[in-house]
Amino acid sequence: MDATPARAAEKRSVPAAGSLTAPSGEHALTVDRLSKRFGERVAFQDVSFDVGYGEVFGFLGPNGAGKTTTVRTLGTLISPSSGTATVAGIPLSAANGPQIRSRISIMPETPGLYQRLTVAENLRCFAGLYELDDDAERIERALRAVNLQDRAGDPCGSLSKGLRQRVALARALLNDPAILFLDEPTAGLDPVATHDVHELIVALRERGVTIFLTTHRLDEAERLCHRVAILSRTLRLIGTPDQLRAQLFNQALEVRVLAPLSNPGSTFTGLPAVDGWEASGAGGYRLTVSDPQTAAPAVARALVSAGADILSLSESRHSLEDVYLELINEDVEAQQR
Amino acid sequence: MSFSWARVRAIMVKELTDYRRNRFVMVFTMTILPLIFIVAPTIQLLTAPAVIASSKLDARIGISLLYMLLIPALVPSTVAAYSVVGEREQGTLEPILITPVRREEFLVGKALAVLVPTLVVAYAIFGIFLAVVALFAHPGIRSAIFAGSHIPVQVLFTPLLAGWSIWVGIAISARSSDVRVAQQLSVFANIPPIAIVALMSFNVIKPSTAIALALAAALLALDALGWRAVAAMFDRERLITGTRT
Repeated sequence: MDATPARAAEKRSVPAAGSLTAPSGEHALTVDRLSKRFGERVAFQDVSFDVGYGEVFGFLGPNGAGKTTTVRTLGTLISPSSGTATVAGIPLSAANGPQIRSRISIMPETPGLYQRLTVAENLRCFAGLYELDDDAERIERALRAVNLQDRAGDPCGSLSKGLRQRVALARALLNDPAILFLDEPTAGLDPVATHDVHELIVALRERGVTIFLTTHRLDEAERLCHRVAILSRTLRLIGTPDQLRAQLFNQALEVRVLAPLSNPGSTFTGLPAVDGWEASGAGGYRLTVSDPQTAAPAVARALVSAGADILSLSESRHSLEDVYLELINEDVEAQQR
Repeated sequence: MSFSWARVRAIMVKELTDYRRNRFVMVFTMTILPLIFIVAPTIQLLTAPAVIASSKLDARIGISLLYMLLIPALVPSTVAAYSVVGEREQGTLEPILITPVRREEFLVGKALAVLVPTLVVAYAIFGIFLAVVALFAHPGIRSAIFAGSHIPVQVLFTPLLAGWSIWVGIAISARSSDVRVAQQLSVFANIPPIAIVALMSFNVIKPSTAIALALAAALLALDALGWRAVAAMFDRERLITGTRT
C-alpha cells in the first residue's frame, strides 16, 4: 500500500462508521438480472453482482454504458424494467424508496449545490431531509472529513469546482450511509482536486465505508477499488483488477538481453512453468508462463547458462486500461459485424 | 415512513433563504410588482368626485379591488413556476430527490415557501391601500370600502387565489422542461379565477354572499386537492431522465 492512505487518515477525520459497516459475509448490495429500458433503448440489461460491506466496488464503462442509470435505479430514482436487487438489506421497490434512500447516499456527477446558500446552509437543508437529530454535529463532522470546516460560511457559488465537489461529498456523508454511491466523482476536476478526492475516498475506504464508484478513469478504479465490474450495457467482467487481467491475458515474462540469443528455442523450451516464447525486438523475448514466480528464476538460470548478459527480467503486467480497451474493442468489433 | 413536517420545513427554510438572497425575487417580484398594483386602484379612488353615481362608484371600487386580487394571483405564479423546473435546470433536483423526501413533502414545502411571502406582501399592500383610502379618499368612498363586504372578501380570497396560483404554477413546473415556458403558462393559467372575480367586481355576476362563498369553497377544494393532484403529476423518473416511465 502506498503512503497516501496513511497520510490521508492522519490529515482527515472521517465520520464514524456507524451504520457504514455490517457483519462480514453480508452483502451491502445484491443485484440479480437487473435491466432498464427506455422504450426501445436498452440502458443496461441482465446485470448481476454483489457488493460486500466495506468494499470499494468500481463500476467502469464508456460513456452511455449505463453506469449512471444503474446508480439511479439502485437509488430508487428510476424504476427497473426487470430484475431484482437488495440495497442495504432492503428489497428494491418503489414502496421501499424512502427507506432505501435514508440508508444510502448518492453523490451525482455534478455537485448540485444551492449557489446562494452557504456551505453550512446547504448541509443543514439535507440534514433536515434526513431528519438528523444531531445535525450541527453531523455537519461539523462531514465538513471536517472533507477538510472544509473553515469554509462553512462561504456561499457555494464562490467556491471552486473542486471545493464544490468536496461539499457534495460532505453532503453525501451526512447520514452515515450504508452504501455511498459516487458517480464520476472526479469528472472535470484538475489533477490537484482529483488527488484530494482520491485521498478522501481512500480515507473512507480505510474506515470501512462501502463505496460504489462509477468512473471511466481506469487509474482511479485500479488505485481505489477492491473489485471492479466493466459494464457495456451488459456486465462484461467482474473481479479484482488482477483477476480481470488473468481472465483476459496470458501471464508473461519480459526478458531483455544485451545480444540476441543464438538459439532461444533451446534456452526457453522445457523450462518449468514456461508455456511458450516469442521474440520481441532486438535482444527482447516475451515468454508465456503459467506461474511467473516459478518461471522467473528458471529463466534467469537458463539465460546465465546460455552466456547471455541479462538487462532485465520482469513480469509483464497489463494495466486495467488494457483489460478495458480489450473488452470495449471486442464490443465495437461485435457491433461492426 | 410517514409524512414528515420536518422534511417539509427543511425544504421551506431552504427556499425562503434562497429567495432572500435572490435580488430579482426580493426587489422585482416581491416589491416592485406588488407596488405597481397599488398605483392604479389608488388613483381610481382618490380621483373620484365627492358626489358620484353608485353604479360608477361600484365600478371604481370593483377595478381597485380587482387590482388587489391580482397580487396573490400573479406574484406567486412566476416563483411557483420556477420551483421544480428551476431546480432541474440548475442541477439541484437530483440531490434532493436522492434523499428520503417524499414528493408530497417536497411539494408542500415548495408551496408553503411561496405562500408565506405572498400572503405577507398581499396583505401588506392591501393594508397600505386601505390606509391611503382612509386618509385621503372622500368620505363616501371611504365608507363604501370599509362598510361593505369588500375587506372580508379580500382577506378570504387572497390565500385562496394564492393557493390556486401556486399549485397551478408547481404543476406546470413539474411538467415543463423550460423555466420561461413554465412561467408564461402559469400566468395564463391564472386567467380563469381572475376572470370570475373580475366579473363579480364589475357586477356582471351579481356578487352575493352565496356566490362568494360558493366560489371560495370551490377554490378551497381546489387548493386542498391541489397537492395531491400535483403529487400525482410529479414523476421522479421523468424529472431525472427526461423520459416518461
